[in-house]
Amino acid sequence: MVSGAVIEFSHLTKRFGGVAAVDDLSFRVEPGVVTGFLGPNGAGKTTTLRSLLGLVRPTSGSATFDGRPYAQLADPLRVVGTALEASSFHAGRSARDHLRVAAAAAGLPLASADAALVKVGLDSVARRRVGGFSLGMRQRLGLAFALLGDPGVLVLDEPINGLDPEGIRWIRELLRAYAAEGRTVLVSSHLLSEVQQTVDRAVVIARGRIVYQGDLAAMSAGGGARVRVDAADRPALGAALAGAVVAAGADGFVVTGLEPGEIGLRAHRAGVPLTLLAPERDGLEDVFLHLVGADPAAAHAAGGDAVGPSAHGPGEVRR
Amino acid sequence: MSALRSFRSELIKLRTVRSTWLLALVMLLYVGVSAGGFAAIAGAASDQQNSPFAAGGIDVAPLVYSLATSVGYVFLVLVGALAVTTEFRFQTLTPTLLATPRRASVLVGKLAAGVVVGIVFALVGLVATVGIGGGLLAVFGIDTELGDGDTWALLGRIVLAMVLWSLIGVGLGTLLPNQVVVIVVVLAFTQFIEPILRVASAFADWTAEIGRFLPGAAGDALVGSSLFTSISGGAADPLEQWQGGLVLLGIAAVLTIAGSLTTWRRDVT
Repeated sequence: MVSGAVIEFSHLTKRFGGVAAVDDLSFRVEPGVVTGFLGPNGAGKTTTLRSLLGLVRPTSGSATFDGRPYAQLADPLRVVGTALEASSFHAGRSARDHLRVAAAAAGLPLASADAALVKVGLDSVARRRVGGFSLGMRQRLGLAFALLGDPGVLVLDEPINGLDPEGIRWIRELLRAYAAEGRTVLVSSHLLSEVQQTVDRAVVIARGRIVYQGDLAAMSAGGGARVRVDAADRPALGAALAGAVVAAGADGFVVTGLEPGEIGLRAHRAGVPLTLLAPERDGLEDVFLHLVGADPAAAHAAGGDAVGPSAHGPGEVRR
Repeated sequence: MSALRSFRSELIKLRTVRSTWLLALVMLLYVGVSAGGFAAIAGAASDQQNSPFAAGGIDVAPLVYSLATSVGYVFLVLVGALAVTTEFRFQTLTPTLLATPRRASVLVGKLAAGVVVGIVFALVGLVATVGIGGGLLAVFGIDTELGDGDTWALLGRIVLAMVLWSLIGVGLGTLLPNQVVVIVVVLAFTQFIEPILRVASAFADWTAEIGRFLPGAAGDALVGSSLFTSISGGAADPLEQWQGGLVLLGIAAVLTIAGSLTTWRRDVT
């Protein structure tokens, strides 16, 4: 039985020149769930993952698997499977040979290369040179590399990019299945919609800092709630809502800060029949864009679950 | 342990790209034509009076055989260097380091694979010089000297020299990971700069002293026979064989250590 390790980032900081690409990042990734690592391009996702994997030396802080840095894992490919980008292949080498090179280096049997190609559906093109592969095929080959050692941890950087719809569904099912088996799955993406159906937990970063961590479902709970309300007699309705934050729109008022029930009660007492009473909420995508697009202060104001970059210990979520 | 796995992985890398085989083939042709051509010229001239190749004149066979190194060594430097630079060019350094996170182990694996490459390419070079060149010598009735123990010692030193050239290539690639730059540097230095320096250094005693330590000159000294040395001569005697070997080994060590302290430590992004 393969079991996942806990990935822990502790005050990870990486500066390039004077610029902090990753700034004091702390979070935990637990086994058994799919964790999305989200943020716009340039937010520091790739630098964070490369620091985790020993490819980039952090300026300070650490990133570990069950307490051990990647470089100290005795059999790294059996513990962690990684797909970082769709371009790390020698164009003249066949898919099978690419994986055999890795299998030999990891002390895995060469036959594991063929098994991995079957898993990702590339067995029919195993002997073709990678130079002729499409982006989607390269993504699959990258995944085959990740699955080579049957690892308990998967770390995938933008794995869905370039896949066709069938491939997207396939990888979603694969990630869910891996998490269900108790493995640790960390998937980065710059598009929330790409991973929305797959991810249980989310860590959102912008400009190298964490702006949200917690359950994905809870993320939109922090979004702004509004009520759209209208009546034939708008002036009377406006008077009934006096004291609340009201914006006039083409099809009535948009009220923030009052529950629909309270609005209905006020209208009833004022004797104003309502023609519309509809609660509205920002979609997940809106909340996400607000989190990553606005400055950190605005992100704080956006919702209760937004966390400050250093306000919390790893894994802690403000509810 | 991880270095041994890395060594196996490096051998697979080398034999699964066409550039390795292409360089071996070009070397076979280039060295073969050189050795065959020289053997044919020597053979054709051997029955003429006053020819330097007449019986009792120049000892032709070692000169033909050593063309494996004096002409072929540049291929070893290129193969060794490409073993490192292709990792940067195709960004395969990422999967390489994911499988073998200890970078020193990767470098040791590459050097060990470089030894194997050196031996294999030396055998290719010897097929060209002993097979083609030696065959033509036999056709012209010139002594191939293959019954002589000294000749076999020469062939052994050729293999050793090729291994050292291969290690120099790995070291150079580690220091200069840009593939285009390293190819230009290798070709410019071995085919142009060093030959000029070797000839120029012969004009004064003190420059000749330094000239003996040029890599190509040291390689020729290790092998102990070279057409190039015979032609250009030199004011100073060449290095002893063991000194030549040490110079090559030293160059490989300096390049590898310098590379491992600089480019090899860098972030892989």
